Parts: sequence; structure tokens; C-alpha cells
Amino acid sequence: MGITFRKETFRDDFTFKNSPEHIRRFPFPFHEDSYMYAVNIEPHVLGPKGSVLETLIDVDEHYVAEMQDRALVLAEDPLRCQSLPHMTLAGWDLLELLMEQQALGYPEHFTLTRDGDRWRWINRPLGIDDSFTFGDVSTLPYGPMEYITRQSQGDFCILDQRDGNLWMDAGMVTTQADWSLDFDIGMNFFEWHAPVPLAHEKGIFVRALKFLTNIQQGKPARRLNWTMTINPRLDTSPENYHKWGPDRTTVTPENVGDKVHLRVELQSFWRLPRSNGIVFPIRCYLIKMDELVTQPKWARRLHRVIRDLPEELANYKGLTRYRATLVEWLSKLDDGSPTSPGFGPD
Amino acid sequence: MAAKSIISRPVYGTLSPQPGKHHLFVADAEGALAITDLAAKAPYGFFADAHIIFIPGQDGRHVAALEALKPAQFYQGPSFASALPRLKQTLANAHMGLRLYLAGTEGLIGQAMQAALEAGIDHTAIQTEHRGSLARRIQCVHCKGITEKVTTQPATCSHCGLLLLVRDHYSRRLAAFQGVCINAEDRSEIPPTEEIFR
Repeated sequence: MGITFRKETFRDDFTFKNSPEHIRRFPFPFHEDSYMYAVNIEPHVLGPKGSVLETLIDVDEHYVAEMQDRALVLAEDPLRCQSLPHMTLAGWDLLELLMEQQALGYPEHFTLTRDGDRWRWINRPLGIDDSFTFGDVSTLPYGPMEYITRQSQGDFCILDQRDGNLWMDAGMVTTQADWSLDFDIGMNFFEWHAPVPLAHEKGIFVRALKFLTNIQQGKPARRLNWTMTINPRLDTSPENYHKWGPDRTTVTPENVGDKVHLRVELQSFWRLPRSNGIVFPIRCYLIKMDELVTQPKWARRLHRVIRDLPEELANYKGLTRYRATLVEWLSKLDDGSPTSPGFGPD
Repeated sequence: MAAKSIISRPVYGTLSPQPGKHHLFVADAEGALAITDLAAKAPYGFFADAHIIFIPGQDGRHVAALEALKPAQFYQGPSFASALPRLKQTLANAHMGLRLYLAGTEGLIGQAMQAALEAGIDHTAIQTEHRGSLARRIQCVHCKGITEKVTTQPATCSHCGLLLLVRDHYSRRLAAFQGVCINAEDRSEIPPTEEIFR
């Protein structure tokens, strides 16, 4: 049985929503009732059936709509997809990885056939059937990274590894939580994380870099990150901040449940075989408060996390303007009873 | 110099004579003083293999002091833009053993470094010294336009007119600090403007 892809939007009339099954599989990011940065990296291995970890590259009911939204973003601003000249080989590595994983996880939707360098890729949800020569950019309508990431959910950063550091040298970034690929491209790991508060002092990035530079082929890793977004908007780029920023002033006690969304990034890290680069998919999951609180444990826990979040983090995540309204709304769903350990709903 | 900062913000040092066959200096305004200070520590004959590209400030000072060092080549230009073709050609024709020294405002250092990076020189191999104005070169993250010589916080983008928070986040590739709309959420909020990058 294949996925039923929803027809929905992430802009204008914002018709995005999650089906009941997708609410249950939402990657809720808090395993306890409080939150602080940690090097929360773990092996990216398969998880339970019915979770977002059922496959290592998750394709879900929002796939087609997300790819349509990406195409709109790129038409408006092609600088969201950039690759420095030395990164083409890594782009082929990524194309191979995503075609293999999507065909493996969803054979009813994607098929990859290979005869030496002659490849054929069938993407049924998007109506694509292309034959091309692996390694020959003239046989694809875009560069290899752009070609495959126009057909894969989530943002993708490709990192070059040299001088003991990782360099953000290519990426497809249209669903970002407020950082600019165009500004950050070419920076090393510490430089592009420079604006993040508190974590440098805790040594988080030194340890994370050490872990990432040691990632081996076939042994990907992952972590979760989170923020909040008003309206189910994928494109919350700094480029368009003056367009979506005013959304943050529109939250009222009456519309919290519909407008405020928890935004979770499932970040994974994969060594690429030919280029020795690392690809860093940042897969974004959105859930509105009305959907999230259908799971009572999540409602209680989210209330406690947001209420107790350090001021500096709340500012960095852009919650300040509507935090009090949100906490008040969530408090009515928190009877003070204990929450069970772990991420999942009860 | 900025007291507290973030990791992407460049750190500048003090110019010192490096072993090498050729020495290329790019400086503006008071950056000339970093070169004359270096000269006091340099071995005899050091400037016989030196090329100085200098953009004086509006007062035109320091030209004579640099000429007195008797560099093999001395160029005085009216702006960085006018000096750039010469700088690019010099970098493109450079051989092993060229040493690069940048001194003056952050905008000058950043743009000369940008040209050097494009020519394949590693940024860690370049000597830099900040002198003079703290004015910043900023890229508007919204319209991508560059505004030069920004001295205020916030600052108005000279291209799209948005009021920008000037961040410490810096891109060597763009030779610019990042500017992000400071009142994006509510345009009626106009914070006071302070001159802090003089």
C-alpha cells in the first residue's frame, strides 16, 4: 500500500495538516520535561514500524506538496541552492544515496535501475522518468545535487572535510529555520554556528565536530533539533523574514491551537563514499498545537518545556512575542501529573 | 576593537615581516601606519621586493611616509574599486613566495582578502592588522545588496531601504557582515539609531 499524498499548501491559505497516523508518528523532541542543549547525537538506525525512523530517508504524506513549495521558493530565489565548484562529485554521491534510499524504502513510488553508468530513475509521485549517465552532468536537467534534492524532503547541506574541519560548501536550503545558505556557504563548522547562543561556551561544537569528522561510511548518525513557527510555513528564511516575521504578532488566545506549530528537525549525517564529504539532511516536521495536544503526554510536557525555557534560548528561537500566550493556553492542558519517560505518546 | 564577539567575526593581528620573495601590501588610510610600524622591524632591503597598494583617506595623509620606504612598486588609488583590477592581476601573476599584508579598515581588509581567496590564497596565510575606522561593510540578507561604511546600529540598507540590525556574523566569501531587518515583525517599532562603528 502506497502513501496517499496530501494536496496542501505551506503559504497563503496554509492548508497543511497532519493525518491522525502522522500525528502519532510525529518526532516529538523532548524526552523529559525540560530542555537544554546537549550533544544529542546517536546512530541513525532503523526505528519502530509506524515511526519516522521506519526508513532512514523518510518520505511521508507531505512529499508532493513540499516539493511543489520548494519549486516555488527556487523560482523566487535561486540562491537557496548553491554548490561551490569543487562539490560536484559530492553531489553525485548524494544523488546516489537518495535514489537508493527512496527506492529501497518506497518501491511502489520510486524505482532505480542501473546498468553500469547508465541509470534510470522513476519517481511516480512527481511523474518523473529520466535516464542519465552517472557522473555526466550534461545528462541531467540540473546539477546532481539540485536534481535529486528537488525530489527529496528536507534541506540538504553538503560538507567538505579538510584541515580537521567541516566546510559548508554546497546546499539546498528552502525550509530553513532562519539561517542563510547564501551567507554561510564556504564557512567552517564553528563559523556557521557562530550566532548560536550558549552552546559554544559549553563546548558543544568542539565535541560535535569531533564526532562528525569521524563518521564512517554506512554508519550514519542523527539528532533532533526544534523551534516553533507561526503558520505551517516551510520557508522561514532570513531572506523573507520581513515577510513572515509579522505572523508572530498575530497569535491570540483564540488561535494558538491553529497558528502555533512545533517545528522539529531530524538531522542526519552521512559519509559520502567518493568525495569523503558529509551530507547533512535537515528534515523538517511541522505539527500545530491542536494536533499535538491530542496526545495528553505531549501537551503536559510541552507546557513545562516552554514555560521553563531559558530566556536567551526563547529569544534565539524567536518565541518571545507569543510565549506567554502559548504557555497560558498549554497550562490548561497540564494537570500536573507526571509524564512517562521517553519521546513517544502514551 | 570589538570587546565581545562571535567566532565568525574576523580576528586581526599585527603585521610583521615574513620570510618571502615578494611582499604585497594593501592598505587604506591609517593602515599605512601598520606598514611603517612593520618597516621599523623589517630587515634591510625588505621593501626592495615590495609592492604597496594604498588608498588614502579623504585627508590624503601617509602617502609620503609610504613612499619613503622606497618599495619596488607604489600605487595610490582613489578607492578600493579602482585598485581592484591591479590587485587581481598581481594576485593572478603571483608566484610561490608572495606574502600578503592587509591593513586598515575592516572593509578594505575583507575585500582584499576576498580577492586573495578567489586567487587561491588561504586566509590563514594572510597577515592582517585593523587600523582606523570601525565602519562595517554589510550585506542585506533580504535584497543581497552591499552597503559600505556603515557606522550606525541599526542601519538602513542603501538598496531596499529596510532598517537592518548589523550582526557580528561575518562572511569572508562576501567580505561582509550580515544585516537582518530589525523590525521585521512589527515595522512600527523603530529602535533608536546609535553611531557605534566609528
